[in-house]
This record gives sequence, C-alpha cells and structure tokens, in this order.
Amino acid sequence: MNGYLSIRNLTVRLKGGGTILRDVSLNVAAGQVHGLMGESGAGKSMIGKAVLGTLPRALDITSGQIWLDGVDLQTLPPAERRNRIGALAALIPQDPLTALNPSRRIGPQITRRLVDILGWKRQDAAKRALELLNEVHIPDAPRVMRSYPHELSGGMRQRILIASAFAAEPKLIIADEPTTALDVTVQKQILHLISEMQARHDTALLFVTHDLGVMSKVCDTLSVLYAGKVVEEANMPRFFMRPIHPYSAALLAATPTYTDPTSSLTPVPQTVVDQVEREVMEHDLRTAS
Amino acid sequence: MRDLRGDVKRTLGLRLWLSGGWLTILALAALCAPLLAPKDPLMQDLFLGRMPPFWMDGAEPGYLLGTDSLGRDVLSRILYGARLALIVALVAGTLTCFVGATLGLIAGYYRGWPDRIISRFVDIWMAFPPVLFAILLIAVMGPGLLSIIIAIVIIDWTRFARVIRAEAMTQGAMDYVASAQVSGQTRFSTMLTEILPNVLPTIVVLLTLEMGIAVIVEAILSFVNLSISTDSPTWGGMISEGRTSVHQAWWVLVFPLITLFLTVLSFSQLGEGLKDRFDPVLR
Repeated sequence: MNGYLSIRNLTVRLKGGGTILRDVSLNVAAGQVHGLMGESGAGKSMIGKAVLGTLPRALDITSGQIWLDGVDLQTLPPAERRNRIGALAALIPQDPLTALNPSRRIGPQITRRLVDILGWKRQDAAKRALELLNEVHIPDAPRVMRSYPHELSGGMRQRILIASAFAAEPKLIIADEPTTALDVTVQKQILHLISEMQARHDTALLFVTHDLGVMSKVCDTLSVLYAGKVVEEANMPRFFMRPIHPYSAALLAATPTYTDPTSSLTPVPQTVVDQVEREVMEHDLRTAS
Repeated sequence: MRDLRGDVKRTLGLRLWLSGGWLTILALAALCAPLLAPKDPLMQDLFLGRMPPFWMDGAEPGYLLGTDSLGRDVLSRILYGARLALIVALVAGTLTCFVGATLGLIAGYYRGWPDRIISRFVDIWMAFPPVLFAILLIAVMGPGLLSIIIAIVIIDWTRFARVIRAEAMTQGAMDYVASAQVSGQTRFSTMLTEILPNVLPTIVVLLTLEMGIAVIVEAILSFVNLSISTDSPTWGGMISEGRTSVHQAWWVLVFPLITLFLTVLSFSQLGEGLKDRFDPVLR
C-alpha cells in the first residue's frame, strides 16, 4: 500500500457531471514498472494527467489522494505542488511530434528542468544533456542539440523526450502510450530504450498502454481499467497465468496471434462487457447513495 | 528537389526586397521631406492651377507631377503626406498589435473567465461598422494625430485578438505546453516562453497587415475631412480633392492613389516575407 506513487480512491468528474475516473487506487513501487491497461476512453491517460497536474480544465478531482514520495499532492498549494511534481516526476508523452516546442532548439528543451527547477548552471546542464543524448543512443549529439525539432525524425524526437524525461533524475516517470505514434519498426527500439533507461536509473515507471504484448515485456505489475474503474490489479506473471476478472481474461484471449495467419480475432464477449458495465453501474449507485 | 527549394527561397527574397525597398524609400522621403520636396507643399499659386505632370504638353518646369486646383505641387504634397502615413502606420499599427495580441494570447491560453470576457467584447466590437465607428470616435475626440491613432487602436484590436486567440488555443493544446507545466513553470511564464514564440510569425504578419490598414483608415478619415487639419498634406486628403477634378486633372487623384496602393501592398508583402523568415519550419 505504500508505493512511491500511491493513488487512493481517486475520483475525477467532468464539470458537467460525467464521471471519468471511479475510485481509482493503484501503487507504483520505487524502481518498479506498473502498467495501466484499458480500452480507448477508459481513462488511462487521465490518471497520468491527474498525477502530473495537467488535467484538462473541464475536469475536477472530486475526491481521493495522490501520494507522491510520501506527500499528498492534493494538500499542497499550487506553486509548491508544481515544483514538487517537476522535481520528482516526468512525462514521456504520446506524440513526439507535438511534444517539443517547434520554435526552440533541442538543447535548452532538454535542460529546461535542470536549469529552472534544480538551479543548475547552463554549462553544466548542457554537458549533462550531451551525456543523456549519448545514453539514448543519438549519434552526433552536439549537432542534435543545436537542431530544431522539425529537423529530426519521430523516433529521434521520442529519444530526445526520453532523455529529457530522465534529465533531472526523477523518481517517477509516466509514459503515456510512448510508442503509439511511432512506426512499428521504431516502436521496439523505443520500448527497449525505455526499459533500459528505467533499469539504469532505477526509476518508478507508470506505463500507459492498450497493448498487452508491450505490457508483458515491460511491466512488473498492472492495473486493468474499464470505464474509469480498476477491474483488476495484479502482478505480471500471475495476470498472464490466471487473470481473476473475466474482463481481463477476455482481453488476454483477444490478443491476436501473429504466428497463425489463419486465426481470426476474438472479440470480448458481450456477456463480459455486460458484467463490467453492471459493476460500473453498481459502483455509481453505491457512491451516489 | 533541391532546385525547387532554391526557387522558393529566391522568390521569397525578392518579395522581401521589393516591399522593404519601397518602404525604405518612403521612410527616407518622409524623413527628408523638407530637403527633397521641390516646393513648399502648402504654397498656393492660383495662376499655376492644374498644371499637368512633366511629360505632358503645358507642364510647368519644377512641378514634376503637376499641381492641384490651388496650384500646389503634387510631388511635394505626396512626400510630406508620407510623414503622416508612416507615423500612423508605425504607431497605430504597433499599439493595435500590442493591445490585441495581448488580449488574444490571454484569452486563448488561459481560457475560462478571461476568455469569456474578452471574447464577448470582441463579438460586440465586431457588430459595429468599423468606418462609421472611426468617424464617430474622431467626431467625439476631435480631429488630430492622436485621435486618429486612438481610433485605429480602438477599432482594430479585435482583428489581432481573434486570430491570436485561436492560435494560442491550438498551441496551448500541444503536449509541449503540458510538459512545460510538468517541469514546474508557472502558467504565465509558459505563456511567454512556449506560446508566444510560436504565435510570433502570425503576429508579424498581422502587424504589417495592420500597418497597411492603418494607412488606409487614415486615408479614409482624411477623405471625409476628419484627419488632422485640412490644409496639411495627407494622401487621403489629396485623393478626396483630386476626386472633384478627376476629369480635368487626373494626376491629382492618381499619384497619391498609386503611392497609397504601393505602400499598403508593400506592408502586407513585407509581413509575408518576414513570416517565412521567422517560421522555424520554413527557415
């Protein structure tokens, strides 16, 4: 129950009334990789955004706590919260094409956090950025530092974003579907790189994805999300051998098998969908009364 | 592929050079008007009324572009008129840009109640016919350079506010803005360091466009005799005087009109050219 990041009973609502996250609790232990699994619209990304304090303005955290390194973020004043999140956590975003400021050079974008939050000198920060770029296997790092984002490929930009996420040695990184926007051939390298960096820096990682295959390679534990509700929390081997919730089992069964080209895709059965829908409804009724 | 890019670059350069060249000439003319102008722009000589430009029969030596019905030198009046036109373009254009872009940036980035207030004002503003609004403002404040500038700012800030708001909204939704916030930046500094540089190309285009528009608005106001005092030379005033005698002396109308046209065109082309220089992706 005492992870490095510990979310307890987090409920997020649309200002109009719709519920986005329902009583979500999860733990990410220090140095561990926790996967967040769910369909599109299940609220995976919103959990990450809630932690980082970048929820869209139409959404409100109505109840629950987010503990980061033993402090409940919700109790801090905004400026202090921002600094704390900035110093301890970082984001690897989904779309590398929009995640770098097009009008600034790469170098300052990597070192911004170091200079702004940790008060490093510019030269030290630049030296560190070079190291990081080498670490994410970018050739000709000095030239890349001077480039503008549009001069680099998507895979390169994602590497840069990974480098900049690890720049300030954060203890938690949230990776929001970091490979979805990339070419299949690049995806694998990037996954590899994220695992490698995570292991080397001993960082806790909250890994958001809808790809079970990716998850099985990267994660230690996972939560399965449906309609903003955690239907199952499990550690990895157990989940793949004996998923408890029928929805999890159906998801596992729905994983396409690439080795057999004649096999057809298995959809999640309607009975299972009905069951999770009912659980969500029951949950809503319980919390309403 | 490489050849094509070279061509694009060259034409962009030409546009920048032509428009910049014309505006430089105009600026020099405005600065050195007393030295350059062959005659006193206010001096009347009723014996020399409606003299044609130099290449036509009956032209009077020393009056290169002819004279108007009061015998004033058209060239000298155009040169002196450039002063007012450029002052209005630079001062009114910049002020309008500053006011409008600031409000647009705040509305588009902060959203919420600042956006609601600013957008409501823009909607109300847009419902006024701009020229009538300007005439009304000048009528209230009284003619004069300051009134013209204030009137232009008051009428035209919405042009900036609307466009920059939309741009700031698109930029604000980008992931790099979110990551700037995650790395501990305040919203205000995010606005200045992340949003502003990326809407700058648009601001530059709008600014130069606005300078051209300011010149036109000033001309319109002179046309209806609401600019600065009636005998000081302005292009709009010359056009309005020329209009009454266009059948006898077309040059009184045509030369200031051409100057006005070239100036406004140059401003807008300068903006386009500068945008391409500013835009990191095209650079």
